[in-house]
Amino acid sequence: MSPEQNPAVGGPAGDTVGDVASYFDELVTWATGHLSGEEVLTATLGGENSDFVRFNAGRVRQAGSVRQRELGLDLIEGNRHTSSTLELTQDTEIDRARVLRTLESLREQRAMVPEDPYLVYSTSDVRTSTVRRADLPEPATVLGEVGEAASGPADLVGIYAAGDSFDGFASSLGQRNWAQSATFSLDWSMHLRADKAAKNTYAGFDWDHDAFETKVEWSRRQLRALDREPISLSPGGYRVFLEPAALRDILEIMAWGGFGLKSHRTRQTPLLQMVTEGTRLHPTVTISENTAAGMAPDFQEQGFSRPDEVVLISEGEYTGWLISPRSGREYGVENNGAASHEAPSSIDMAPGPLPREGILEELGTGLYIGNLWYLNFSDRSACRTTGMTRFGTFWVDQGEIVAPVNVLRFDDTAYNLLGQQLVGLTDEAEFMADPSSYFRRSSDSARVPGALVAEMRFAL
Amino acid sequence: MLETLTDRFRSVLPSDLGAGGYASIRYVQSRSEGLSVRQGVVQPVRNSEEAGAMVTVWSGGGLGYAATSDLTPSGLATAVDRAREWAHITSGLGVLAEPPLAHTVGEYSSPVERPWSDTTLTERLDLLRRQDELLGVDERIVDWEAGLAHRVVDTMMVTNGGGMVTQHYESTFPSLRATANEGANTQTRTYGGHAFCGQGGVEVLDRHGFSDAAPRIAAQALELLSAPNCPTGVMDLVLAPDQMILQIHESIGHPLELDRILGDERNYAGTSFVTPDMFGSYRYGSDLLNVTFDPTVPGQMASYGFDDDGTPARREYLIEKGVLQRPMGGRISQARAGLRGVSNSRACSWNRPPMDRMANLNVEPGESSFEELISSVERGVYLETNNSWSIDDSRNKFQFGTEYGVMIENGELTHTVRNPGYRGISATFWRSLSGVGDHSTWKVMGTPNCGKGEPNQVIEVGHAAPVCRFSDVEVFGGEQ
Repeated sequence: MSPEQNPAVGGPAGDTVGDVASYFDELVTWATGHLSGEEVLTATLGGENSDFVRFNAGRVRQAGSVRQRELGLDLIEGNRHTSSTLELTQDTEIDRARVLRTLESLREQRAMVPEDPYLVYSTSDVRTSTVRRADLPEPATVLGEVGEAASGPADLVGIYAAGDSFDGFASSLGQRNWAQSATFSLDWSMHLRADKAAKNTYAGFDWDHDAFETKVEWSRRQLRALDREPISLSPGGYRVFLEPAALRDILEIMAWGGFGLKSHRTRQTPLLQMVTEGTRLHPTVTISENTAAGMAPDFQEQGFSRPDEVVLISEGEYTGWLISPRSGREYGVENNGAASHEAPSSIDMAPGPLPREGILEELGTGLYIGNLWYLNFSDRSACRTTGMTRFGTFWVDQGEIVAPVNVLRFDDTAYNLLGQQLVGLTDEAEFMADPSSYFRRSSDSARVPGALVAEMRFAL
Repeated sequence: MLETLTDRFRSVLPSDLGAGGYASIRYVQSRSEGLSVRQGVVQPVRNSEEAGAMVTVWSGGGLGYAATSDLTPSGLATAVDRAREWAHITSGLGVLAEPPLAHTVGEYSSPVERPWSDTTLTERLDLLRRQDELLGVDERIVDWEAGLAHRVVDTMMVTNGGGMVTQHYESTFPSLRATANEGANTQTRTYGGHAFCGQGGVEVLDRHGFSDAAPRIAAQALELLSAPNCPTGVMDLVLAPDQMILQIHESIGHPLELDRILGDERNYAGTSFVTPDMFGSYRYGSDLLNVTFDPTVPGQMASYGFDDDGTPARREYLIEKGVLQRPMGGRISQARAGLRGVSNSRACSWNRPPMDRMANLNVEPGESSFEELISSVERGVYLETNNSWSIDDSRNKFQFGTEYGVMIENGELTHTVRNPGYRGISATFWRSLSGVGDHSTWKVMGTPNCGKGEPNQVIEVGHAAPVCRFSDVEVFGGEQ
């Protein structure tokens, strides 16, 4: 079924994502007719028709829908420009009046700002559209299936999010880019007691009862493993296996300023030692921004397209940057379509040689870490990070799970974890959609293998 | 405009919900301006204007919401229908069957001494240019920036039982940053992180000396380059207010949120080491610890007249003389838990439903002067301005880092140290509180970015704190 036939449940008749794309196109065309002199207008649209159901103990905490469309306008004349965002109603008369008022306001403001030496925007007139359709389930179906999964001893907590999400770019020069997809995501944890829980996610385009049931059964198996007396480990160094979700969190903290050109040129990157002292990671570590393999739009807010892949670290050596148009102009290099914050949206780490099957035997005796939590820098310049273990974390003895482990705080550098101490990466990289929804549902994703580490340092 | 919307909201709110029925529309309109000057270049001016409405319907034992930016009569009617549909399909499945909510009438407005509109954009940019010039004073300072943002938010909540609450907020967010580098050593010093924000107009800049801060920030960034790493060991710790706010936030604020205690956040932000049986008896800290929930402090970041369920704001002690008194939970959580709470049901905007949040969460001042706090320390470290925060999902094992440290030796501040951090356990850390600064050390601050909830929400909270001293804390520095 197409999203036009099945907008987010309860969505108003005629208010489909297809309509939004046309509406955006027509609104910018109309606004172009109200420009004066040599003005250029660039515009973005980001929005969603989403359903959210929040669960606690298998019951509904909050359930509802969100319909939002944020229009961004950048009004340019020469090298002067000012920008604004506004929320669209999708009522033509109201929105046109708002756009007109905003353009007037931006013109007045523009007279008071100096020329921007780093202003750059796409002057193309290319038109692209990527639409991913889906067969999203009815909310009642999800409520029923989650209720069934939460029956018995399982204490299920989490969030179901589903619906259409869309991003657009348009300019008065004729360029149009549109990306939309209809997806669902159930991000949940099943709790045994206190903080002992199994974490799982089921996300995609078409809900499949059997696939969901398989994931629920995996959670139940992990709960059985958690139902043993937990042990507390003393601070120190331990051999560990990091599940892909745990390794993703380490990559995400590295990516907090790690790969942007601006953070490198201003010496704020946490990977500073890689560029100033030639420090290298393990030769099996290759990390890229892989737009072709992700879910994020292949264009950014100034209208530049993103290449399929930008290799950031190749075989342990730092090789590339994410370069926004503004940084590119400031530092005199070609941009590669990065967003203004120059962080990856579709981070991809190449798998390694370790068979995923049998990883417990490879681990031998040590910690099996399902998830990490709340990472931050202990010493940013040294890429030393700290964080907690969370959810399914176990002590393994001679290849056998012995007991769940009470939460531990690690404090170690990326150069240890992915350098000297890295034994190897697993042969399968797991694709993980980002379930976050600050401001709106994220289109970010990660594809990451697991990692076996000879020694990870724990401090508390 | 508001009168038109009020009539429109009242006309679409359902009146046929029956016993236990309740409906509201919470309208939020927000306008903001963001300015910054980086390395002498005025950055693109960022304006935003958004408006939308959240419809909430309790009916037949179910609860539904629908948020829309379509504020036309038909758009609102559609949202009401959608919220009713959600209430219908969740009937009997929710955590609470009937709304413990009231139909409140009232209003609130931020105190503003010097309105933003009294200055021109040119004047504001000139102010930032001057600060920016004072930051970039040495070739080792490789990046620097001065910023200023202002936001005006108007909210209106109309209920189907005659409730009507309007609130008008104005807030100002100043920032300064200097980043210095030598080789593989980069040090950043800021104007209190983002803590020196508050409700009000241009006068917010004067509360913490914005116009005089840049030279000190630049000098300290350079000073950190040649400073030794903070030593590792157990020692006394003296925290400045702009680090105390993080300590309060993470290890008192979040653990006392009642929705966390009830388990709502276990899949995301986490649970709490605090359990319902602890209220009234649990020793959270030393006798010196007094913590209030106080959304009535004039000019603090999260002051208001009513929370987003319409509950009137009131000051309450959460911890008194070290003993835990009550959690932070709004009416819905209070009804679920059977505990007294506070007026803290808050939503970040029109597109998210309210939940339990901190508002202004303050450590009350004590009786010691800054000199007294320092002079009694044989060996310790004084820390300013948070730059790293991490805590476990039960809000217990924490590790925090700061921008700037000064060693204390034999009762005197001696030399600067870089990359200072400390770690501890919430349940025992506050019991090591051995000195609380007096009112002269007390600062009213806030943070604009507290994240929580599913779907995720980021919201402003306020914190006020004096300088505080803790005994025997595990302290460390950075990698050599």
